[in-house]
Amino acid sequence: MRGPTEPPNIEVMRSPLARARGLGAAHAGSSHWWAQRVTAIALVPLTLWFIWSAVRLAGAPREVMAAWLSAPLPMVLMLALVVATFHHLQLGLQVVIEDYVPNEPIKLGAVLVLKALCVLLALVCIVSVLKVGL
Amino acid sequence: MRDVRDVLMIARNTDGKLVRRPLSPHVQVYRWPLSMALSILHRITGVALGVGTLLLTWWLVAAAVSDEAFARAQWFLGSAIGLVLLFGWSLALLFHFFSGLRHLVWDAGFGFDPPHYNISGWAVVIATGVTTVVLWAVGLALW
Repeated sequence: MRGPTEPPNIEVMRSPLARARGLGAAHAGSSHWWAQRVTAIALVPLTLWFIWSAVRLAGAPREVMAAWLSAPLPMVLMLALVVATFHHLQLGLQVVIEDYVPNEPIKLGAVLVLKALCVLLALVCIVSVLKVGL
Repeated sequence: MRDVRDVLMIARNTDGKLVRRPLSPHVQVYRWPLSMALSILHRITGVALGVGTLLLTWWLVAAAVSDEAFARAQWFLGSAIGLVLLFGWSLALLFHFFSGLRHLVWDAGFGFDPPHYNISGWAVVIATGVTTVVLWAVGLALW
């Protein structure tokens, strides 16, 4: 990088417009943006249901919690909540990493670690729900 | 100038000479309008809720493991530290929930003009405060 006092010159034979076209700067088009919105919309009713359920289960012993989670509707909604939450979380934290980590290799590594953590935690939750409820 | 992004930072001055554009000032020099504070809070609460999912994971895993493990998780959540964590979690969750609804309305193309985003911003703040208080009043009454 030249110092700010030196006169700049352009060597790139590619216009900013060309870079913005097609899949854009993120190389993924708008799929990430859409997935973030779709999971957000799914989480609106799921979050309200979860808050209500969590308040009703405050301080409950394990049998009560297991009986609640064994019913088909709470089990399905809990699994849906886990999947939507960890997908939404992964998408959101990826943007945070991309915004604040300027180094490309470190950025890519951090995003991969994040994806692995979110997938593993989601699987841990899913297996736990199935083990309690089935 | 090899990176195409650097080209965006170059312009011609009135003499027609290529010059580097100045960088705009950063966050610390601005006064804090409501929309800016809420935007930053939306991201901070999002990250905090990511940490909060560890609490949800622990709760579900403990229920799957044994009576003692679940009793320990329930005891911790009912302890002073647990209640503070749960209060912070519920506050962050409800804020992110209402602020997220505001974002979805914007994405649908409504309310992105000066009077409306201030009104919806204060609505988010008030809704978060009221629902958190009601939630804890009901929760503590049932508990």
